[in-house]
Amino acid sequence: MNFRLLKDKILSKLMLVFTLASVSLLLVIGIGLYYKSIPIIQRLGWTELITTSVWKPLKGLFGFFPFIMGTLWVTAIAIIIALPLCLLTALYIVEYAPARIKRILTPFVNLLSGIPPVIFGVWGVLFIIPLIQVHIAPHFVEFSTGYSVLAGGIVLAVMIFPLIVSIISEVLRTIPQELKDASLALGATKWETIKKVILRKALPGIVAATVLAISRAFGETIAVLMVCGNNAIVPHSVFDTGYPLPALIANNYGEMLSIPSYDSALMFAALLLFIIILLFNIISRVILARLERRLAA
Amino acid sequence: MRKRKFEELFFRVLMILATIIVSGSFFLIVGTIFFKGLPYMNWDMITKTPGGGFYIGKEGGILNAIIGSFYVAGGATVLGLIISIPVAIFINLYMDGKRLLSNTIRMAFDVLFGIPSIVYGAFGFLIMVYFGIRASLLGGIIAVTLLVIPILVRTLDEVIRTVPFELRDATLSLGATRLETAKVVLRQIRPGIFTAILLSFGRAIGDVASVLFTAGFSDNIPTSLHEPAATLPLAIFFQLGSPVEEVQGRGYASALILTIIVLIITVLADILIKKFSKHKI
Repeated sequence: MNFRLLKDKILSKLMLVFTLASVSLLLVIGIGLYYKSIPIIQRLGWTELITTSVWKPLKGLFGFFPFIMGTLWVTAIAIIIALPLCLLTALYIVEYAPARIKRILTPFVNLLSGIPPVIFGVWGVLFIIPLIQVHIAPHFVEFSTGYSVLAGGIVLAVMIFPLIVSIISEVLRTIPQELKDASLALGATKWETIKKVILRKALPGIVAATVLAISRAFGETIAVLMVCGNNAIVPHSVFDTGYPLPALIANNYGEMLSIPSYDSALMFAALLLFIIILLFNIISRVILARLERRLAA
Repeated sequence: MRKRKFEELFFRVLMILATIIVSGSFFLIVGTIFFKGLPYMNWDMITKTPGGGFYIGKEGGILNAIIGSFYVAGGATVLGLIISIPVAIFINLYMDGKRLLSNTIRMAFDVLFGIPSIVYGAFGFLIMVYFGIRASLLGGIIAVTLLVIPILVRTLDEVIRTVPFELRDATLSLGATRLETAKVVLRQIRPGIFTAILLSFGRAIGDVASVLFTAGFSDNIPTSLHEPAATLPLAIFFQLGSPVEEVQGRGYASALILTIIVLIITVLADILIKKFSKHKI
C-alpha cells in the first residue's frame, strides 16, 4: 500500500519536473538568444540595429532594416491575399455548404496543412515564379525574374490557408444558432445575417486568427527563402526582391562562426523573431481563450 | 428587394470561388510536384546513396537522406513522447482544482507551438555549441525534439480531455492512485497516442529550418549518433540549387518522395482521428 502511494508521489514529482522544464523552454530560448546577442546589442544598440540599412558583416556593419522590411512586405502580402479568401471559405463551409460537401472539403484543408514548407518552396519555384515572370510582372514592370516579395507572399498565403480557415471556422461554430435565427426571422437574407450578426460576433476570433497567421508567416523560413530573391535591399514594390529575417538566418549559418560578431548578429535576428512572434501568439491566444470561456459560460 | 437578392447571390458565388481556390491549391501543389517529379523518379532514387559525381548529374539516389530523415524524425518523436506523455498526464490528472495554472501551462504550449522552427534550430545550435556537440544526428534529434514537444503535448492533452470524468472518478473511487488511474486513461486513449505520433512524425520529417544548423549533411547513412545525417528536405533544397538540370530534376523527384511520405502520414492520422471519435464513449 505504502509502496503504491510512494510510487505515485515520486512519479508525480518527476512529471512536475518534466512539465516545468518544457514550459520554461519558452524562457530559456528567450534568455539563450538574448545572451548570445548581447555583444552586438552592446556594440550597436537596439535602435541602430533595427533602423539602419547597411549590411556589411565583414566591416562589422549590421543594419537589420532591409530584413525587417522584407519580412513585413512578405507577411502583409500573404495576409492581404489569404484573409479574404479564408474568411469567405470558412463562411461557406460553416454557413452554406451541405454536409456532404463539408465532409469532402475538410480533409483537403487538413492535407494542405500537412505539406512540408520545402514542398511549398519547390512549388513556388516551379509554378509561382514562372507565373509572375511571364504573366503578371510584364504588365507592371519592365523586367522581373519572378523572384520577388510577391512570390514569397503568395506562397506564404497558401501556407497559412489551413490555419486561418480552421480557426475562423471554429469561431463561427461558436455563434449561437438563436442569434442567426432571430436575424433570419426578421426577414434578413442569409448574407445580411452574416454581415450584420455573424461577422460582428466573430470579429475578435477573426482578429485572433489573423494575428496568429501573421506570426506564422513571420517565422516561415525555407519556402520564403526559395522564392524571395534574397537581396539585402528594402523592397519598394511587390516585384522587388526581398530578404526576410528567417531567410537571413538560414542562409548564413555556414559562415557565421568565421566572421566576428556575425553569429551574435544572426542570434539577434532570431531573438527579434522570437520576441515578435511570442507577443503576437500571446495576444491571439488570450483572445481565443476568452472567446472559449464566453462560450463555456 | 432585387438589390438584396443580388447581393446574396454575389457573395455566395464569391464564397464558392474562394472555397475552390483554397481547397484547389492543394491539388495545384501536389499536381505540380507529381508532374515535375515523376519523369525523374526511378528505383535508384530510393535504393542508392549518392555515388561519385551525383551532384553533377551522375548516378546515385537519396537513400541517405530518406534514412537520415526517418532517424531524425523517429528519434525526435520517441524522445518527445517520453517527455510529453508525463506532461499531458500531469496537466490533466494531477492538477485538479488548479484550473488557472493548468490553463496557463496549456497556453504556454500553444505559444511554444507557434515558435517557428528556425528559432528552434538556432536555439538547438546554441545548446550544441554549449555542450560541444558537432552537427550530427544527435544535434538534429535534439532540435527537432524541441519542435515536436508542443505538438505532442497539445494533441495528447486534447485526447485525454475526451476521456469521461466518470471513468477517472470510478477508478479513483476503487482506491487506485492517480498513477494507476493514468494507466487506465492511457489505455483508453491508445489510438489518440498513435495520432499524436503520426502528427509529430509528419511535422518532423518535413521540417528544414530546425535541422539546417544541427544535423549537418552527409552522403553516407549515419551509423552513430555523432555522425552528421542528411535529411530529405535539405536534400531537396540543395539539389534544387544546382545549375545542372539532371540534379534539379532529382530535386523534384525527391520532393515527390517527401510529399508521398507526408501525405500517407497525414491520411493515416486523419483516419485514426475519425476512428477514435467514433469509438468515443
